[in-house]
Amino acid sequence: MKPAPFRYADPGTLDEALAVLSAEGEGAKVLAGGQSLLPLLSMRLAAPTTLVDINRVPGLDAVEVTDDGVTVGALVRHNALLSDDAAAGVQPLLARATANVAHPAIRNRGTTVGSIAHADPSGEMTSVLALTDGSVTVATPSGSSAVGWRDFFVGPLETSVHGPAVVTSAFFPALPARSGTAFAEVARRKGDYAVCGAGVVVTLDAGRRVERVRASYVSVGITPEVHDLTEAVAGKPVDSADWAAAGALARTLVDPDTDIHASADYRRLLVGVLTERTLADAAAEAAGRAA
Amino acid sequence: MTTKLFGEPVRRREDARLIVGKGRYLDDIGHKALAAAFVRSPHAHARIVDIDVEGALDVEGLVAIYTYDDLNGPMAEPLPVLIPHPQLTHPRTNYPLARDVVRHVGEAVVMVIATDRYVAEDAAERIVVSYEELPVVVGVDAAAEARASVHDDVPDNVAARHHQETGDVEPALAASPHTMSFTQYIERSASMPMEGKGVHARWDADDRSLRVYSSTQASTSVRAAIAAKLELSLDKVEVVAPDVGGGFGVKIVHPWPEELLVPMAAIALQAEVKWAEDRREHFISSAHERQQRQDITVGYDDEGRITALDVHVLHDNGAYTPYGIIVPIITATQLVGPYVIPVYRVRVDSVYTNTVIVTPYRGAGRPQACYAMERTMDRIADELGLDRSVVRERNLIQPDQFPYDHHLTFQDGRPVIYDSGDYPGLVDKLKTLVGWDSVDSLRAEATARGKHLGIGMALYVEGTGPGPYEGGHVQVLGSGKVLVSTGLTSQGQGHETAFAQIVASELGVPIEDIEVTTGDTRRFGYAVGTFASRAAVMSGNAIALAARGVREKALRIAADVLEASPEDLEIDEGLVQVKGVPGTSIPLRTVAVLSNPLRYAFDEAAKQATQFTTHDDSKPPVAEGDAPGLEHRDYYSPLRSTFASGAHAAIVEIDPQTWEIDIVKYAVVHDCGNVVNPMIVEGQVQGGVAQGVGGALYERMVYDADGQLQNASYMDFLMPYSSEVPDVVIDHQTTPSPLNPLGIKGAGEAGVIPGTAAIASAIEDAVGRRISSMPISPTQLYDLVRNPDSEMTAVAAGRAGTGVMA
Repeated sequence: MKPAPFRYADPGTLDEALAVLSAEGEGAKVLAGGQSLLPLLSMRLAAPTTLVDINRVPGLDAVEVTDDGVTVGALVRHNALLSDDAAAGVQPLLARATANVAHPAIRNRGTTVGSIAHADPSGEMTSVLALTDGSVTVATPSGSSAVGWRDFFVGPLETSVHGPAVVTSAFFPALPARSGTAFAEVARRKGDYAVCGAGVVVTLDAGRRVERVRASYVSVGITPEVHDLTEAVAGKPVDSADWAAAGALARTLVDPDTDIHASADYRRLLVGVLTERTLADAAAEAAGRAA
Repeated sequence: MTTKLFGEPVRRREDARLIVGKGRYLDDIGHKALAAAFVRSPHAHARIVDIDVEGALDVEGLVAIYTYDDLNGPMAEPLPVLIPHPQLTHPRTNYPLARDVVRHVGEAVVMVIATDRYVAEDAAERIVVSYEELPVVVGVDAAAEARASVHDDVPDNVAARHHQETGDVEPALAASPHTMSFTQYIERSASMPMEGKGVHARWDADDRSLRVYSSTQASTSVRAAIAAKLELSLDKVEVVAPDVGGGFGVKIVHPWPEELLVPMAAIALQAEVKWAEDRREHFISSAHERQQRQDITVGYDDEGRITALDVHVLHDNGAYTPYGIIVPIITATQLVGPYVIPVYRVRVDSVYTNTVIVTPYRGAGRPQACYAMERTMDRIADELGLDRSVVRERNLIQPDQFPYDHHLTFQDGRPVIYDSGDYPGLVDKLKTLVGWDSVDSLRAEATARGKHLGIGMALYVEGTGPGPYEGGHVQVLGSGKVLVSTGLTSQGQGHETAFAQIVASELGVPIEDIEVTTGDTRRFGYAVGTFASRAAVMSGNAIALAARGVREKALRIAADVLEASPEDLEIDEGLVQVKGVPGTSIPLRTVAVLSNPLRYAFDEAAKQATQFTTHDDSKPPVAEGDAPGLEHRDYYSPLRSTFASGAHAAIVEIDPQTWEIDIVKYAVVHDCGNVVNPMIVEGQVQGGVAQGVGGALYERMVYDADGQLQNASYMDFLMPYSSEVPDVVIDHQTTPSPLNPLGIKGAGEAGVIPGTAAIASAIEDAVGRRISSMPISPTQLYDLVRNPDSEMTAVAAGRAGTGVMA
């Protein structure tokens, strides 16, 4: 469990980082928090030729909050996002989901953007980026551009970003008006990767009737997906909507896998249960915000 | 008196050192040592066709590569069958490095020595081993079917057929008012110490001697094995167990291939060599335990009293049998638990599979045994409509029946005769502690919250402190320091504290003056090891006897000086004094000085013992039959094991939407005779319960049909975190053992034994479906409850009829 030999670079600027990545080619990997990458190296499941450590690059550690949403820099640790009240005020899903990311020791080092760039469908923040219809900013030697989540996630542990590039931030749009959110997981042990997790957004119309319901799941499917569950409860008054019907609909939309911890059927069961439970909480929040 | 510390909750003296990172574990030793890494088999069963090391040769820092062909003499022979047994008719062990055939994923094939572990792994990665794959056997049922064989010359895959019986079971069953038969399974788990195995070896070319540090539970026997295998004189080999980060059984197996290969390389290369096992290696090349299939037939009367019991166990011993059939024997003999079983027959077929070897893991066959017996009790209760505790009570051995002879032969070759106990007392205390009789109100309250609540109990008797012997040495120095040593090893049990408490109490010295050394063959060469809940019983008693010897000598010497009779003297706080006469005293350290007549005064204290200071021309300086020094060595060798006992109960709550299982209460009543340190015992119980919970709800070794271990990491092998382990409420009962001077019984394994049985019973009670395979996870529970073919318990059917629980 010792990594194969690799070169190490610790550039002081983003341009320098991109230059090293360009020079080193496909074998180079960006190192931020290292909570997923370093175990892969130790088990020799990954053997990059060069680690480009961006921890000394200035300007990547900020959480910027505007009315439009929250921009999370590449070096923002999960715990910093978890405790950012301003960010939670604009997009409550951030803190609610981050609280489910592993354990404090991992949250102290691991980065939210790194987790997204790692593109693990068992990661909470990939799912939240999708659910909020977010995007990432990708810096390359030829400039920076925003990439929407649908274009970013390609497969398990695979994104559309190739060649010399650094994901410098992720943008999570603000929670829309008259909306509420909730996030919940079932894990075998506290802090484990979820057997199944669910994040939901409920939006009401001016008459406190259900206008829109969306959900995204963790450890279900090979890339993050957003499911529209509106049809099950559309137009129903928030106090009497049948959230179980939305859960039942969700079960028909997902295509989970079986692994050693849970069968596909069990994951589908949890999709239904967690959908129903989170929708009830999210609807209550939406009702409060709509009042 | 302030020095009577036996029985007191003295804080563990070793913890300050261990908690602040000042422990000295294997990998803290020898920073400049060369490192070993191993090429291990990626196949569960394959013939080695070729080993090509060419690609590794140009790795900078490579020192040596060893394959089977490099082994000579005894090293080229299979590893020893440590515990032979007449019924182990087909023992098989591996070679230190695989010869021709590998039989499980992880078997060592090539050893690489390099300047450090990184380089060693780089070189190992470049060695190409070609294999011809062979058919793979995984699981006890496949082993018994024997469509493929793990060993060519054992076509039925049966290593041993262990068989014991106390009467003619078939007529007894035929004559029973009721009989029932059922089959159940229990899965594999493993010891999983925080620190894996590890070996460091240093050859002193001038002295022509070898020092080996090993993270072991048996340093004296590792020493003997190294001497034998490397053809060295025993006096030229010393083995030291440094601080050991947990053992739980896996480190009692020896010699591990690495324990021989690393010293072999150190001698050959004339250099320090070290190997520290990594976690993946521990998963695939150490040891596991627990997997069994149990076919049980029981006869019983209308009252639920057992009339006959017939058990057939298929026990998975993995690919080899270095530790013999100890685990099968323990399952076979501990299965009867605290009960009167008029006629008992047990047959254990120990079968080979292409998986990691199976050797004792804390509990060592007892959790399986308890699961068999206690689930039998549950089924009898269910069939007869009786309370589960009542059926148990009706079958218990009564307090006036001790010593109770089960007419079985235990793992130490000695009879299973229970020395003492009060089993009805355990059940009474447990029912009070857990609230057994008021669980219906809890159940109703949980139902109102939409949860299913269930309760279960399990009882056990544990044979502890098996022989053949342990020894202890106690020596008082002229400084007043008291050195205590014993040959068995420590893996975190608190021996430095418990053994010091015993000596403080026996000798009358402050505990601060006592230093305890364990597992160091330089200090004590005769020992067996730390396993089977035996350290306190065996070394504790040996050390007590040694301390009594020192005390006797100290009083004799002091009596001379104080001109008193030894019977009139006492030792308190390190001062020998005449009872009731203040001021007539002599410090024990001075007695120690006087015990060693000197010619040379090397310090102030020594002056008191030199030849012109002490004068009695009528006697030789050292009396005939006496020896210089205030020290004594003694041994304790028991007639047979002493039997501890206990009872656990669990209350679980199940979410009928997600099928998550929550243990809301866990109660333990524990009886290990006289207790040296109740805080340490409670810690042992709590830790054992954690492993019991792990075994019941979380841990399994997921082998696929190809013999690949699918969860060989801490990410996927789910040991419970503290967040998954319930708080445990503990009550004690004390029935001292009549077999040893201190009246103590072992406590190390107790906590883990009944967990699987009690939790299975509680889940079954909660969901009303028969649980016959453990551990069980939410996804499996979901499958069980929605399976139309799964069996409903009679109790649940009854409740359904009355509408208590749908």
